Amino acid sequence: MTNLQKRKLQDKIFHMLVLLATLFGLVVLVILLKEILSDGLKWINIDFFRNFASRFPKKSGIKAPLFGSLWIIVLTALFAFPIGVGSALYLEEYLPKNWLTNLIQVNISNLAGVPSIVFGILGLGIFVNTLGFGRSILSGALTLALLILPVIIVSAQEAIKSVPKELKHGAYALGCTKWQMITGVLLPYAMPGILTGTILAIARALGETAPLLMVGAVTFIAYTPEGIFDSFTTLPMQIYSWTSKPKADFHHIAAAAIIVLLVLLLGINSLAIYLRNRYQNRMSR
Amino acid sequence: MSKITSSNKKSNPLKKIYMMETVISKVLFAFVMVSIVTTIGIVWVLSYETVQFFREVSIIEFLTGTEWTALFSPPKYGVLPLVDGTLMIAFFSSIISIPIGLGSAIYLSEYASKKTRKILKPVLEILAGIPTIVYGYFALTFITPAIRNIFPEANIFNALSASIAVGIMIIPMVSSLSEDAMNAVPNSLREGAYALGCTRFEVATKVVIPAALSSIIASFVLAISRAIGETMIVTLAAGSTPKLTLNPLESIQTMTAFIVQVASGDIVHGSVMYKTIFAVGMLLFIITLLMNIVSKIIIKKYREEY
Repeated sequence: MTNLQKRKLQDKIFHMLVLLATLFGLVVLVILLKEILSDGLKWINIDFFRNFASRFPKKSGIKAPLFGSLWIIVLTALFAFPIGVGSALYLEEYLPKNWLTNLIQVNISNLAGVPSIVFGILGLGIFVNTLGFGRSILSGALTLALLILPVIIVSAQEAIKSVPKELKHGAYALGCTKWQMITGVLLPYAMPGILTGTILAIARALGETAPLLMVGAVTFIAYTPEGIFDSFTTLPMQIYSWTSKPKADFHHIAAAAIIVLLVLLLGINSLAIYLRNRYQNRMSR
Repeated sequence: MSKITSSNKKSNPLKKIYMMETVISKVLFAFVMVSIVTTIGIVWVLSYETVQFFREVSIIEFLTGTEWTALFSPPKYGVLPLVDGTLMIAFFSSIISIPIGLGSAIYLSEYASKKTRKILKPVLEILAGIPTIVYGYFALTFITPAIRNIFPEANIFNALSASIAVGIMIIPMVSSLSEDAMNAVPNSLREGAYALGCTRFEVATKVVIPAALSSIIASFVLAISRAIGETMIVTLAAGSTPKLTLNPLESIQTMTAFIVQVASGDIVHGSVMYKTIFAVGMLLFIITLLMNIVSKIIIKKYREEY
């Protein structure tokens, strides 16, 4: 074998290897989905959505966690969205670029790397015990809001940065104040990007288990919450509780609940992709 | 207010606008403070309860003890078994996520056509969006039985199963961060190498990877940090037996899984058991914070400038 043939063979083998590495993820995804669908699909029926959790797998349903997840997600978004976008606006438009901005920025990116269970511990210490909100929807939503805040801030900053300077200068030239420029020019332009980032962050919050476990989401609830101080459970919490039971039937309803959770996530993510595409279309027009 | 309005009619609208501007900038500033206060809150809560914990348990026993029986009596608070379990998960999950993640990054950035890339990349990203609880379920119901087929001596709960699931979960993170780094390598470098007659393999391993090495290594560090902080997979699949072992087929317990175990039980607020959550959490926070800082230093210090 000549040297050149050897090198070409080496290249081919390497090509195969990295292709296999890429396909590994794909194959795992297919196996995972197939497993979950074959375990859980036949357990999904109308009663599964109408029933509360029960000691008997066949009578169990996800009414309480479905409502709980909804409460938590809406409340989390209500806290995290304005604070996240407001922070991004302040960092990008108000604060001069100096050591303070730098420090805040480093702090935000460090927060993004803190394990979610540590946010759970924060929630347990501050919201549940110190402020006395108890094991409530409010404690859970505040904890998740703090968890996804760095993600929202960073993506909103990116969206704000992408607004052309000419547009901002144009607004100022017409005599706009800063806030008029922001609400009239900057936000409408950056909003699709901001929303995409926020929606992805909320999807993450919807799938989180560990922090809610810490602030004390309960796993066995036979009512739907009526206010923010009620105790609650969510879909991931219910899945956790069913998966950790030894009986196989409970694993199957856990799979059924996973299917519901994944469908919800898929829906939310498609919304984000739709928004991103619409945004790109508008840019190119 | 009304007096000013009548005496100063002309400048009033502007004055109002300016006042609103000040108010708004203060409100936005308060929003920024939320993330600062969050950091202070984390550090404060963790250190307050940890100090309380060390009033009752010696810090030397905590850091050097080889037995962790916090939930039994007599309780022993040597955190090393939990650290061992955590590091084991981090190690074995890296064996999976680092080569496979780097491999897919090389494929996507150096070999794949634009079209293939456009399809494969989002598919890999789906893996990153799957909640960890789902990976926990997958580990318990699919990976563990598969492992026990090959190694019948493996425990029902074992470190290997959890490590594989954590590894799979982290692959997209390694691959997308590394791919970003490789994409940032200017094409002129590649073209120069091709012009000298290099194969793609040589371009990838001798030009692109060395040029992007700092960011690639930083992505590995971040991935390990992520594995250390992962909670639900290890809680479900790795077991709850704190143990000093190097055997991945045994049941172990990680720091995060212990925290969950305590939190899911009936704990009395203020008891020693309640404080263990914070002491172990503090250790976890410090370790992951250090790793995140290290990854940032690597990027900053060793970045190649073109």
